[in-house]
Amino acid sequence: MSTTTPLLQLRGITKSFGSVQALSGVDFEVRSGEVMALVGDNGAGKSTLIKCIAGTHSADSGEILFEGREVHIHGPKDAARLGIEVVYQDLALCDNLDVVQNMYLGREANFFQILNEATMEQHTGETLKSLAVTTIRSVRQPVATLSGGQRQSVAVARAVMWNSKLVILDEPTAALGVAQTEQVLALVRRLGEQGLGVILISHNLHDVFETADRITVLRLGRNVDVFARRETTQQAVVEAITAGIPTRVAGIPPTAEVEA
Amino acid sequence: MTTAEADVVGPGGATPAEEDELPGGIAGLWQRAWLNLRTGNLGPFPIILGLIIVVVIFGLTATNFFTAVNFVNLITETAGTTMLAYGVVFVLLLGEIDLSIGYLAGIGALIVAELQLPGSAQQMNGILAMLIAVVVVALIGGLQGSIVAFVGVPSFVVTLGGFLIWQGVILNKLEQRGTIIIQDRWINYTDAYIFSHLGGWIIAFIVTLLYPLSIVYKSIVARGTKIAQQNLLVTALKTVGVAIAAFGTVAICNHGTIISTPEGLPLAGLIMIIFFVLLTFLAKWTTFGRHVYAVGGNAEAARRAGINVPRIRVIVFMISGATAGIGGIIFAAQVNSVALTFPPGNLLLNAIAAAVIGGVSLFGGRGEVRGALLGAILIGTLQNGLNTLNVSNGWIYIITGLVLLGAVTLDTFARRLQARSGR
Repeated sequence: MSTTTPLLQLRGITKSFGSVQALSGVDFEVRSGEVMALVGDNGAGKSTLIKCIAGTHSADSGEILFEGREVHIHGPKDAARLGIEVVYQDLALCDNLDVVQNMYLGREANFFQILNEATMEQHTGETLKSLAVTTIRSVRQPVATLSGGQRQSVAVARAVMWNSKLVILDEPTAALGVAQTEQVLALVRRLGEQGLGVILISHNLHDVFETADRITVLRLGRNVDVFARRETTQQAVVEAITAGIPTRVAGIPPTAEVEA
Repeated sequence: MTTAEADVVGPGGATPAEEDELPGGIAGLWQRAWLNLRTGNLGPFPIILGLIIVVVIFGLTATNFFTAVNFVNLITETAGTTMLAYGVVFVLLLGEIDLSIGYLAGIGALIVAELQLPGSAQQMNGILAMLIAVVVVALIGGLQGSIVAFVGVPSFVVTLGGFLIWQGVILNKLEQRGTIIIQDRWINYTDAYIFSHLGGWIIAFIVTLLYPLSIVYKSIVARGTKIAQQNLLVTALKTVGVAIAAFGTVAICNHGTIISTPEGLPLAGLIMIIFFVLLTFLAKWTTFGRHVYAVGGNAEAARRAGINVPRIRVIVFMISGATAGIGGIIFAAQVNSVALTFPPGNLLLNAIAAAVIGGVSLFGGRGEVRGALLGAILIGTLQNGLNTLNVSNGWIYIITGLVLLGAVTLDTFARRLQARSGR
């Protein structure tokens, strides 16, 4: 793992919704070529943090550095311009469209608004091949006919296709069976191997230990710790999630029942 | 009529997994057809079969049905409904509904009639009058669409309001005036202009060329890629099918005479085909069309993908308004007037039925423009044939309703087969 500038670095991110403090001074970083897992119990602030990166929310305070430069992300389009893509839990695929049409949804290759199907079909095939997604027989199959794992693969491939540098995966294996979960986890590892930064949000520590290089634990909107996967155990991570002592803010009792 | 563009890959036109393994040539063609039948991928064939059955039945029973004159009548009667049905396809693709199109057609006809009124201050050229009418009706459609897209009122309610409002406007206008006669020849031409025999043949030739040209264009674009090309035999067969439909239509039209005046292809028929080609192009070849299917399939996914969903909705309701306006003008031209009885018969319901019989889903995201054309031709032929048999209006409604039910039931079965075979 390189020690150069992280791809994405968040410093002291704070976000509140009315009286609810969702994030208080959270630090976070991802390097290129690394899978960073983001774990925590419900209400730990994972989703809020991701939305701050994706531009759905903007942070109240704190700074975001992308490739070492400070950036301001005010909307999903800003995030996309930087090369940040999010794969949401509910996938956001159109069932009635085929794989190619979904991969290019909203960014169709066109010549004066006339679709260039050949280019799109070619690139879709190449992208799926580069990610070793081999179970999809035809890229002209409607997405409705694909299995859950295949659909997830399409959603991930779509995120990768646009020269993205950072891919955020929100619970990618939540609804999948065992074999399909393995398929998607392999895909996640491959993204890291290809040099992308990957943020993996998951409740499933098995998945996290299968794929992640490092693990960031949040609790009640604060940092608990960052673990290197090789140097820790599931036991330690579970303890951090459920009873970890939030760092950075002194004097907060670890058992404080703050619903964030 | 034509079924060009049937193979522009789109929703519903999927490549099944098994198809990769089929051999080429004639043998492959049969196996492919059998595979499609077995898996419920019927495409437009049930409706074409239905059309053939209807034609044969009326040909055997009705004495006036199989005449060239009646054939020309059939085209001019069907053209207006077909135009409305085209708009219905786009609205249904979004998963919305537009109930106002019947009276929007009336508004289009009324504007044209007012603007051509001889001796009035506003009298103008008929072509200009038609342009203004279509633009105004499209804007009304856009206004209704804006209420759906930006305010979030369900389209059923908005267009039900439109249905009442525009009916009221027509009533107010025509209650004292009675009938407005249309004398402008350009307006009346939209229904009654008859091409010369040669003109008809040339049009048939051009229409026949469109499908193979689209395939040639695709293979040029796909040069240097490894994209599977259209099976040459399938292309040839489809081209022959289009040619038979196009030249056959013109041949029958050219055959007729009314009191020694030779008949021919009516302009209304050409308008039907021009808009069929234009709107199919819009739906299947452009980013806009792709976005319409996307919004109908999953509006939230479309929004996240950066598609401007409200914009798509507004434009679709404008298309619906515009096609209704054009259809209304054709209907007015048919009787050279606009009267209180406008729109004729069950125009709104016929147009929606045509699209649904043609396989367009009411729940959005699935269907094609050709469905509206085929559905409207089937309904038109059925009603025309029953008329020539002197069947009462009551029975015509009942039989149209049964055909609608039958078509949708068949479609539902086909869909279940498709789901079972994993497509």
